[in-house]
Amino acid sequence: MSNETTNAEKNQNPTPRPQQGKGGKPASRRAASMGKVLKMVFRYYPVHATVMVICIVAAAILTSLPSIFMQQALVIVGKYWQSGDWNSALAEIAPLVTTLIGVYVVAISCNVLQTQLGAMVTQGTLMKVRNEMFDHMEDLPIRYFDTNKHGDIMSYYTNDVDALRQLISQALPNLLTMFLQMAATLAIMLWYSIPLSFVVMVMVALMAWLVRFMGGRSARFFIAQQKTLARAEGFAEESMTGQKVVKVFTHEKQMTEDFDKVNEELFVAARNANIYGNTLGPVLFNVGNLAYVLVALAGGISLALGIPNPSIGGFALSIDIVVPYLNLTKRFAGSIGQVSQQINFVVMGLAGAERIFTLLAEEPEADNGYVTLTHVRKDEKGNYVESDERTDTWAWKHPHHDGTLTFHPLEGDIRLRGVDFGYTPDHTVLHDVTLYAKPGQKVAFVGATGAGKTTITNLINRFYDIADGKIRYDGININKIRKSDLRRSLGIVLQDVNLFTGTVMDNIRYGRLEATDGECIAAAKLAGADSFIRRLPEGYNTMLTDNAASLSQGQRQLISIARAAVADPPAMILDEATSSIDTRTEAIVQRGMDALMAGRTTFVIAHRLSTVRNANVIIVLDHGHIIERGTHEELIAQRGTYYQLYTGAFELE
Amino acid sequence: MQELSYRQIFHTLGKSVREYKKMSLWTPVLVILEVVIECILPFITAQLIDQLQAGCGMDVIMHYSAILIGMAILSLACGSGAGITCSIAATGFAKNLRHDMFEAIQRFSFSNIDRFSTSSLVTRLTTDANNVQMAYMMIIRVALRAPLMVVFAITMAFVTGGPMAVVYVIVSVLLGAILFGIALKVMPMFRRIFRKYDKLNDSVEENVSGIRVVKSFVREDYEKEKFNAASGSLYHDFVHVERILAFNMPFMSLAIDTIYAFVIYFGSQAIVTTQGQLMNVGQMSALITYGFSMLISLMMFSMIFVMVTMSEESARRICEVLIEQPDLKNPDNPLYTVVDGSVDFDHVSFEYSSKAERMALDDVDLHIKSGEVIGVIGGTGSSKSTLIQLISRLYDTTEGTVKVGGHDVREYDLDTLRNQVAVVLQRNVLFSGTIKENLRWGDEDATDEELVEACKLAQADEFIQLMPEKYDTYIEQGGTNVSGGQKQRLCIARALLKKPKILILDDSTSAVDTKTDKRIRTGFRSYIPETTKIIIAQRTSSVQDADRIVVMDNGRIDAVDTPENLLRTNAIYRDIYLTQNKASHDETMSELDNEANVQGKEEIAHE
Repeated sequence: MSNETTNAEKNQNPTPRPQQGKGGKPASRRAASMGKVLKMVFRYYPVHATVMVICIVAAAILTSLPSIFMQQALVIVGKYWQSGDWNSALAEIAPLVTTLIGVYVVAISCNVLQTQLGAMVTQGTLMKVRNEMFDHMEDLPIRYFDTNKHGDIMSYYTNDVDALRQLISQALPNLLTMFLQMAATLAIMLWYSIPLSFVVMVMVALMAWLVRFMGGRSARFFIAQQKTLARAEGFAEESMTGQKVVKVFTHEKQMTEDFDKVNEELFVAARNANIYGNTLGPVLFNVGNLAYVLVALAGGISLALGIPNPSIGGFALSIDIVVPYLNLTKRFAGSIGQVSQQINFVVMGLAGAERIFTLLAEEPEADNGYVTLTHVRKDEKGNYVESDERTDTWAWKHPHHDGTLTFHPLEGDIRLRGVDFGYTPDHTVLHDVTLYAKPGQKVAFVGATGAGKTTITNLINRFYDIADGKIRYDGININKIRKSDLRRSLGIVLQDVNLFTGTVMDNIRYGRLEATDGECIAAAKLAGADSFIRRLPEGYNTMLTDNAASLSQGQRQLISIARAAVADPPAMILDEATSSIDTRTEAIVQRGMDALMAGRTTFVIAHRLSTVRNANVIIVLDHGHIIERGTHEELIAQRGTYYQLYTGAFELE
Repeated sequence: MQELSYRQIFHTLGKSVREYKKMSLWTPVLVILEVVIECILPFITAQLIDQLQAGCGMDVIMHYSAILIGMAILSLACGSGAGITCSIAATGFAKNLRHDMFEAIQRFSFSNIDRFSTSSLVTRLTTDANNVQMAYMMIIRVALRAPLMVVFAITMAFVTGGPMAVVYVIVSVLLGAILFGIALKVMPMFRRIFRKYDKLNDSVEENVSGIRVVKSFVREDYEKEKFNAASGSLYHDFVHVERILAFNMPFMSLAIDTIYAFVIYFGSQAIVTTQGQLMNVGQMSALITYGFSMLISLMMFSMIFVMVTMSEESARRICEVLIEQPDLKNPDNPLYTVVDGSVDFDHVSFEYSSKAERMALDDVDLHIKSGEVIGVIGGTGSSKSTLIQLISRLYDTTEGTVKVGGHDVREYDLDTLRNQVAVVLQRNVLFSGTIKENLRWGDEDATDEELVEACKLAQADEFIQLMPEKYDTYIEQGGTNVSGGQKQRLCIARALLKKPKILILDDSTSAVDTKTDKRIRTGFRSYIPETTKIIIAQRTSSVQDADRIVVMDNGRIDAVDTPENLLRTNAIYRDIYLTQNKASHDETMSELDNEANVQGKEEIAHE
């Protein structure tokens, strides 16, 4: 969990996790999500799930029957025991036991089928849910990732899927079984004796009340425990991150004292939660024992006093009814205990399911673009025509309303005119931004954190859509361009390098999946990454894991530059690509970047102003307004904000 | 790290039970009582049934009922009691574990800290402690109850059913063998699968944090394919193991059914043939009850066996923290005073680990007089930070000695030394709390005036005064609500409050503008002239007014001299100076004059 929190902190606009469930009481909302879960399971596995339910019903009813056999056996025993005539008794007992064994065979077969199917249905549903979640997540807009903590998103895949697993594999089948068994048992009990059933029902009511009361208490303390646990985790996270500072300030004792306070709180909450959780079982079990005694008592009194026994089956009360009845009572009480154990899982599972459904209901990124990127070649007349084979020339394929089709070669000319934008409607962060970059030009953005530098680049590749104004790529409104093609035409190198688990080669090839090894190596050479990669234990085949933690920041950045280079896009966005590298390493990375930028339209956001001196135009932003623009020399001559930033008179951060 | 034996694990963790030993011992006592009562209950019930069959009177019924109710209440008391004691014992044990781990971590030296990642320590303090708490609860409550119940139930079955109970032994042995066989088979499989599962979730995490890359390169479909393949393979593994595990339930039913059918047949036979002498209806009923108790307990035992063993990993990880020996120890008769701020490196070499390829510091000989201002400059990996961390004994040297105030740093009391040598670390951290609280890390007893004075010196007072709550402004976790430059200045103020003899700034003004940077350094000169100041910097401007500058290269001292001399004599310094001071405005101005004519001709992309 903890490593996600650090990621989450990087989010630009952290907002609280959206609250789920619009309106409705928790109970009705729960019922709704229960319906959704069942619908989902039956949608994925209609046949499996149906057979499974049939098996559960059959097994539950069949396993309630043996007490009838017991009663029958006792009747037979009662008939013969005084005479001691086993042979006559055997003639009646043998078919009884044979039938019982038959019932068992069927019940166990159902049980095998049910559990085997259950394994498949559970795991299959989980796989499909996971895949559906992931597929859906990949299609969500960047805004979603910017406004949700990464830890929260991860929690869908870990906690919520786990809760769903408990629900589908354990809680639901168990509950169904228990309810059916209880119903069957109740029917049998009423069949034998209504007054005794009444005694049992009174005890059941008591148990239900106990479950409600203690369960409610326990749930309250468990929530408190979750809260204190989160607080303890936060404290641990902070103190572990700052552990070296703690040492330097010899603050160890105070830290331990502070931790002990949080620790004590957590202890109290955990203790209370567990006390309720752990006593509920024995309490229910022994109330069950009491019920058992009371039934024995009531039965005994009735027998002794010869009180009439109204029953559905028309039985007079006798010892061969009381004995199986006692077993039924035990069974019934046991079922309630089991149900009480499942309740928490059901509640947690449904909460998890609800969250998963919220994720799946998130609006995916819309794309109405119809202008696409395609390979072209020139025909005899010198016009561009679409080519099925890979050519060196890319072009925008632009279908028009009148049915005609035009091809415009991909050049990398990007213009913004009067662009306004806000991440939320009520807060505009970019005001009337107008700028252009001709093919091959380098445009640099300079300004304090929050001035809107990254925002502009977010708009160019349509991570976000503008509120007002126009952005044109090669003269085409970018809203008309299919997003995938727009992005394919824009390379990107970010400050926080994200590499994926896989070999170095895989990571470079990420830029263009069809690139050959040779092309990847050429890209690495261009980026200046080749020499260090060759020195890695397995060269280009070295496995990178954990965001390439084994490499230095500079090395990771070089790989990400190579990755962008192999994609070979006409335009590039470099967002603070060198800010966390020291000046000497930067010189190496800078060479790679210069090679990458050559001949491409480039938007650069730089922390160190020395790296943007050679830009064709430098744009100085302040609170979303362009306040200065020009070449380095012009801006220095102006003696304005840029001049002050450049000479170190202003802080950039 | 070598694998710990189970004995070591139990021994190490056991030390944290402490005041909860009593509760931990009460639990099994109560559990035993509960089990005994639970086993006698059916026995007495059998007698009651017997009496009923014999047509006894009300008095006998009342007598038995009183006993039975009394026993149920006693069992309730013992059961709930055990529930309470085990909760207190387990959560208390977990509390102590967390405390012990936290304290152990506080004793860690820098090199100990380097061995554990932050996130792994947090996991150990939270998730792992929770897992061990669960396991402990299971062990003291269920792990004893279940086998005890099996033994008692079988014993009682023998008492009631005589030789018939042999079947109980056979069934329970067979079922036990099957349940544990399945458990042992699936456990390693589960371990493997869970690792795979973790990897799958790691890949989700990669996608979440790298979503901009995924979308920029239009790799959504590629990632989906990759994920679905991995998820599908995980599904196959899971189904395989779950299907094996799924046989638990049918086997359990089979065992119960066998006993039920057996008792009905042979019980009836026994009653009829002996005319109720050897067995009666009540005993037959009790036999069935024992059968259930026995088998359910067996099932429980196999389940908690799996759960407890699954927490082994957590226990191991906690032990690793608890047994980690701090690399630095306070000397026996430590020095409690530091005479002055002089620092001497006598042929110091240092490596972070014995496996390191090269020395982080190689034969460093450096002598700093008290009150001197020393600049340290050099590229990444030149071991600038390593050099200064030896002064406050954050690491011990591999060879040679570091002296502060004329004494080997290893002779000082650690707290004394670190209070006199204040280091503003490169990766600095403010803690959640008010500005005042953060500043008082430097000096708990500092008056408000002293805080303001230190902040003025660090050029932090100005922006603090502009904040809504001034010195009571709350700093968020990680200091996210102050800018990088502000954070650095607060960290400097915090260090100044220690009134140290030696002040070390490790690249601590990198985000501060040059003017403020200069004001801070000027302040140092006039307010704390006696304090030795060692300043590591990327910018040469930050060290240009130092008495001497140490140029580091690859773990060695390349040169130590005044800035002026270095510019003439040292290639590395000159190199760094020139790359940066092309940027310095004086030079730029002259460059500008030269290029004034050229610039007009360039096409400028702006409107």
